[in-house]
Amino acid sequence: MTRKSRRLWLVGACALGLGSATTLALAAFRQDIVFFMAPSQLLAAEPAAGRTIRLGGMVVAGSLHEEHAPDGTPIARFAVTDGQKAITVRYAGILPDLFREGQSVVALGSLAADRSFRASEVLAKHDETYMPKDVADALRRSGKWDPRFGPPPSAASWNNMTAAARPATDRPVAADAPGAPAGRS
Amino acid sequence: MTPAPSPHPTSPVPRPSAFARLTSGLHRLANPGRFTRLAAQLQPWLTVPGVLLTLAGLVWGLVYAPADWQQGDAVRIMYVHVPAAWLASAGYAALAACSLVSLVWRHPLADLAAAEIGPVGAAVTALCLATGSLWGRPMWGAWWVWDARLTSVLVLLFLYLGHFSLVRAFDDPRRGYRAAAVLALAGAVDLPIIKFSVQWWNTLHQPDSITLTGAPTMALSMLWPLLVTALGMSLGFAAIVLGRLRASVMEQRLRSLLLSRAGAGRRVAARTAGLQADTLDGRGEMVAP
Repeated sequence: MTRKSRRLWLVGACALGLGSATTLALAAFRQDIVFFMAPSQLLAAEPAAGRTIRLGGMVVAGSLHEEHAPDGTPIARFAVTDGQKAITVRYAGILPDLFREGQSVVALGSLAADRSFRASEVLAKHDETYMPKDVADALRRSGKWDPRFGPPPSAASWNNMTAAARPATDRPVAADAPGAPAGRS
Repeated sequence: MTPAPSPHPTSPVPRPSAFARLTSGLHRLANPGRFTRLAAQLQPWLTVPGVLLTLAGLVWGLVYAPADWQQGDAVRIMYVHVPAAWLASAGYAALAACSLVSLVWRHPLADLAAAEIGPVGAAVTALCLATGSLWGRPMWGAWWVWDARLTSVLVLLFLYLGHFSLVRAFDDPRRGYRAAAVLALAGAVDLPIIKFSVQWWNTLHQPDSITLTGAPTMALSMLWPLLVTALGMSLGFAAIVLGRLRASVMEQRLRSLLLSRAGAGRRVAARTAGLQADTLDGRGEMVAP
């Protein structure tokens, strides 16, 4: 074995060792690396009241109620779901621009005794879909997608759709909007 | 390199091992003289298309591509952010590859290449983080969050900066290259973490829209300008690194030339005038008068 190939094996062995060590460390800290917990995870974990956690999920369609406190602060109440469980969130403050029903959000706060969530900060989570406005409008008019019920269908089904697409020609027989977000929200 | 053509690839005729062939190929390619000639020819083919494609892709993306239905015009940050993010990872992969060649084959050109990739890679990583932050404020509602994707890319920036400093931290440049190569290889463990962070853990950062396995979840009218910009910026990255590397090789050659001339001068001076070579320091470099 030449010195070069010995060095190559040595580097390979170091890479293997370092790689396994990192994998094990990341697996061990799995719970701490997640940025947020889904409602079903949160309810299953039963965290102590008052412990600060992040709750993530999709805003349930029709669950958003907005009012104003006497001093003018907007107060929002909405339900967040992961398709299995839903948690009501209360938040006093201005919601981000991307906030809407059907949008994924991450709320920082704690679980109250009545199992509702008191948020001190709400972030909107964008999904991986990028779509021009006219396509989104065409999809909505055709009834293939309602943004209030979750992420849009796969891009292959709408990529050739333009503003010129006539919605009347492909109106579906029944609204088949997905009731639950597919997978991670 | 077999003397006679063998019908089977596994013939008993002795032939150089794959390792030996790879080594000799690397050495042929990395001969500094050959490199300088090849690089000079290659340079315009990287620079010109790099600049043109980047400009075309940016104008296409920033002006003509449609706005997103939800993000509005803020989506246009993507045309800079995503290529910068890809290049940050790809540049580090190249840095790690150079470090491997440097550690195993001890090739001086790989050392120089690693040292020149570092600052350019750090710049695109910083660009990626800055544009992402500008997008995050209006879209997420936060300049920065400590989720797995953002944190692992910040670690990548620190790895680049650490490599940059370590290369220059020693009086003997070879020791600096050696230490920096070890750091670069150890840091390569961050690359799969960056790539898969959005799949392994819940992150605020969205998952990849463009993957090797699935159809992109992006309208074609946005995908094309993104791909053109990405190609242009990649060529531009390669052009900058190649230009820096050429300059670095010439600098190296100039230094060794000066060194040998100084060495000859010292011998001549010592012989003719009987002077002590006190104008030269221990390494044979000229000491400023």
